[in-house]
Amino acid sequence: MKRREFLAGLSGSIVLPTLPRAAGAQVTQLDPHVWAITKGATVKKGRVKLELPQLADNGNSVAMKVSVESPMTAEDHVRGIHLFSDRNPVTRMASFYLGPRAGKAEVSSRVRLAGSQRVTAMAELSDGSFWSDTAEIVVTLSACLDES
Amino acid sequence: MSPGSAAARFLVAALACTAAQAQERGIPLDRLKSGSAFLGADLRDLQADDFANPGMLWVERGGKLWREPAGKSARSCASCHQDAETSMRGVAARYPKIDPASGKLLNLESRINLCRAERMGAEALRHESEELLALTAYLARQSRGAPIGVDIGGVARAHFESGRAFYYRRHGQLNLSCAHCHEANWGRRLFAETVTQGHPNAWPAYRMEWQTLGSLERRLRACLSGIRAEMLPYGSPEYRDLELFLAWRAQGLPVEAPGVRR
Amino acid sequence: MAARIQMPKQARHGELIEIRILIQHPMETGYRHDDVGHLIKRNVINAFSCRYNGEEVFRADLSSGISANPYLQFYTVAEASGEIEFAWIDDEGKQGLERQSIAVKA
Repeated sequence: MKRREFLAGLSGSIVLPTLPRAAGAQVTQLDPHVWAITKGATVKKGRVKLELPQLADNGNSVAMKVSVESPMTAEDHVRGIHLFSDRNPVTRMASFYLGPRAGKAEVSSRVRLAGSQRVTAMAELSDGSFWSDTAEIVVTLSACLDES
Repeated sequence: MSPGSAAARFLVAALACTAAQAQERGIPLDRLKSGSAFLGADLRDLQADDFANPGMLWVERGGKLWREPAGKSARSCASCHQDAETSMRGVAARYPKIDPASGKLLNLESRINLCRAERMGAEALRHESEELLALTAYLARQSRGAPIGVDIGGVARAHFESGRAFYYRRHGQLNLSCAHCHEANWGRRLFAETVTQGHPNAWPAYRMEWQTLGSLERRLRACLSGIRAEMLPYGSPEYRDLELFLAWRAQGLPVEAPGVRR
Repeated sequence: MAARIQMPKQARHGELIEIRILIQHPMETGYRHDDVGHLIKRNVINAFSCRYNGEEVFRADLSSGISANPYLQFYTVAEASGEIEFAWIDDEGKQGLERQSIAVKA
């Protein structure tokens, strides 16, 4: 049996538990948080652009912008964009749901990052395909203790 | 020259200054740099973004409080001061200053509370309360871009000297003075951070470490905590005097409040 | 819950409009401790939606991974004149609601 078929078979037969993430373990297609959305469909690299600064002044608030190339018509649009962290205690950071009325598949926000890591953005398109991009970021800790 | 001996020379020079020579500056006016110069582009842009700067949430609230009657007099700040954008323009850049009536050194927060007590018959707002932060942020915002310029003559002199002495004195378990970092070693790294010159021009500021807006006094308490010194209680005269010294030290720097800082 | 909204008051039909919103909320992660060591309970805005004349044009599921005083910027297309409504709810069940009118010219 091919690996893909085996994995596809698995998704139908078991309930995926919320597994604790091993520190620094990369978010992949097999991650339960990703699988819950894709149901095992392949996630391709491309079409998505995730922008984060290379170095964050403070992990409490970092500018994030994610955009997807898409005409955003009724026939061809982005259904949703999902953000995953490979280091935060909560892996699935946010999900943004768009649709043809969004006009442009671009969302900006400010995110919390619990240390240097790789963030993954995954888009689901109206044709059922999944695309992703990642961004590496270095997050430094404050030099001084602050008990104010 | 090692940083240590540079610091020692600074301290010796500073402490050797008499009142008459007190105009000697640890950092000359033409070398002053705001804390913004030490931020990454993300936070620098956020501070400049009049909409997304989180401090603006407090500025907006402050604008509402400005017009709200309070206390026995049922007057609001606006009852006497009308439109803050006109009447309060540039005011924050001149604080801390001596209140001529009482002879006390006031910062923005204590000025607000003095007005509330004497003119409005209203309760003082607590330190770091949402209302006081909002009003301080709102007032400071009206001075955005104005160069800091405080008066250290007359009654203010003693406060200035006291603040200056505090600045150059060692404190806490780490036995450091403010000057050790912010005069002898600004621009150098402390772990992953670049040490700033430690100016007050962007306060009150939204500090990312706090995930909220905070006052300059809170930031000074944080510094004391950082060098493992006792954090003096809010409202201590030491903070007020130090704020005056810091404002003198930052003369000419434009007010950036509400600032965004790490 | 205090919120700031930035969006055009008017637009031409079919024009892309940029919407920015900043909401005052601590987005308490549930991982912090207070001065005496007790865990501070998690309370974040977990859902946000934007409706244009009643129809949802943008929705977000948020977590503690979104910063305190959450900021969102997204787009929609100017259709008819009317109201754009923003609604959100946090873990404690507290709801926020803001509305802005938009005039759309043909």
